[in-house]
Amino acid sequence: MEVFVQQLINGLTLGSIYGLIAIGYTMVFGIIGMVNFSHGDVFMVSAFTGLICILMLTTVLGMSSIFLILVITLVVAMIFTGLVSWTIERVAYRPLRGSFRLAPMISAIGMSIFLSNFVQVTQGPRNKPIPPMVTDVFVIMERDGYQVTLAYKQVIIMAVTAGLLLVFWWLVQKTPLGRAQRACEQDRKMAALLGVNVDRTISLTFVIGAALAAVAGVMFLMYYGVVNFADGFVPGVKAFTAAVLGGIGSLPGAVLGGLLIGLIETFWSAYFSIEYKDVAAFSILVVVLIFMPQGLLGRPEVEKV
Amino acid sequence: MIATTGATSPATPAAPAAAPVRPPLLKVEGVTAFYGNIIALKGVDIEVNEGEIVTLIGANGAGKSTLMMTICGAPRARDGRVIYDGQDITRLPTHEIMRMRIAQSPEGRRIFPRMSVYENLQMGAALDGGAHFQEDLAAMFELFPRLKERVSQRGGTLSGGEQQMLSIARALMGRPRLLLLDEPSLGLAPLVARQIFDVIRALNAERGLTVFLVEQNAFHALKLAHRGYVMVNGLVTMSGTGADLLARPEVRAAYLEGGR
Ligand SMILES: Nc1ncnc2c1ncn2[C@@H]1O[C@H](COP(=O)(O)OP(=O)(O)O)[C@@H](O)[C@H]1O
Ligand SMILES: [Mg+2]
Repeated sequence: MEVFVQQLINGLTLGSIYGLIAIGYTMVFGIIGMVNFSHGDVFMVSAFTGLICILMLTTVLGMSSIFLILVITLVVAMIFTGLVSWTIERVAYRPLRGSFRLAPMISAIGMSIFLSNFVQVTQGPRNKPIPPMVTDVFVIMERDGYQVTLAYKQVIIMAVTAGLLLVFWWLVQKTPLGRAQRACEQDRKMAALLGVNVDRTISLTFVIGAALAAVAGVMFLMYYGVVNFADGFVPGVKAFTAAVLGGIGSLPGAVLGGLLIGLIETFWSAYFSIEYKDVAAFSILVVVLIFMPQGLLGRPEVEKV
Repeated sequence: MIATTGATSPATPAAPAAAPVRPPLLKVEGVTAFYGNIIALKGVDIEVNEGEIVTLIGANGAGKSTLMMTICGAPRARDGRVIYDGQDITRLPTHEIMRMRIAQSPEGRRIFPRMSVYENLQMGAALDGGAHFQEDLAAMFELFPRLKERVSQRGGTLSGGEQQMLSIARALMGRPRLLLLDEPSLGLAPLVARQIFDVIRALNAERGLTVFLVEQNAFHALKLAHRGYVMVNGLVTMSGTGADLLARPEVRAAYLEGGR
């Protein structure tokens, strides 16, 4: 029971991070039908941006308020990562729109390699640590010497994710910008006929997805305390798996898929073997693709017009 | 000699002198359009004056829908020019053309299937900045009471007739000066089609809305329109007033008596 509760907490934390990244995959797929393979590396870049920002704030400026450091780091990472993603879309994807379907995906794989190599060369190949940040834990259960703990940083991660999702949901459902975004997703040509600037809307979709990935990147950094140039790949593929599991194109699906993948991974590590946790996560991708290609909350293809 | 010129000259300039000197609201000049290498419009000339209902009739595949879309810049005209309100809009991106208060209810209606009726109408009003939204919404519900009953229903689940009403209402929400309608009666029950034609006539008569209408239902369209054009294989082959075209034997044979 204690182990179960502990893994539930850990799984939901990890799942929040996957969910935030998964939204970027699902939105971009929804609007231009492309799997943005560089999204995981954009996430990694945001973690590095966070790293540099935190180190500057603490060592150069001597700032000590954790709250301020986190807020500033989040804002900086969101803006910088948004700009990176906007640029990538402009130079690597937009010129290929209207060319054959695989072209932008190949370009995305190229961007992915470029980003991880760039970070490897400029930041070095080793794990980069930050000073331990939020170390407090609550003990919420204790029996026979086994403690179930809820770390402050886990609370922060889940709370920030939940808050951000609410803001994001409101943006997509209730604002003219979100409506234009959904219109482009459903019928780009008609959206243009109603005066929507489709290219700009697509750019914004990339920026929003990247900003959410940036939050995930900073949370990831805070949670594990280290980041490495190769850290874009595995979380990126897992978040993509989450998006497929939830039903690619569906926003609630991306969040649900993220939480499920996080839970499956932690429970597998706790009850079976930690070495095979990635195998477990990717096996799900295969099984879902075979038996449920539309995912949990994906819409059946019939409704396509 | 003097007598003959004197006799002919008043007869010829009489019509131009009486006609208003205002340039047409929409002028399509020698426009060609392609899908890849396949030519769909082979040099089309059309004019629509302010306050007119002009119809374009022609068989399936003649290029009518292509012309409607080419006016909006998708596909873009390869040769020729599209002039709207005195301005050359041939090379403008689609969304900028539409922001000049041209609205289109396109072929196939293109309702956003996973948006409610209300949201579809909001999309139509996006250009207006929402300033007249409530007022225009009420006007649309008066025009099409059916839409009011279905206001929170998803677009994709509406019937064909309801989608057509929504498509026209959505186009009107942007308060257009020029309304492009592509086969508004297609697939509708005669009664609903009639209702839609009545709405078009009323909008034109009461608000002075300029309408460019593509129709398969040539009889109704020509009766409704002030003027008409006939398109065959990417070329305009005939033009004239609605009554004039209706009376021509070629038109009757091809578009009225031949099956439809
Ligand atoms: N998206 C497209 N791609 C290629 N060819 C097209 C496309 N749309 C229309 N066409 C072709 O262009 C011609 C004119 O079509 P269209 O403008 O739809 O005619 P109409 O509206 O008069 O029925 C037809 O031969 C049609 O097959
Ligand atoms: Mg057509």
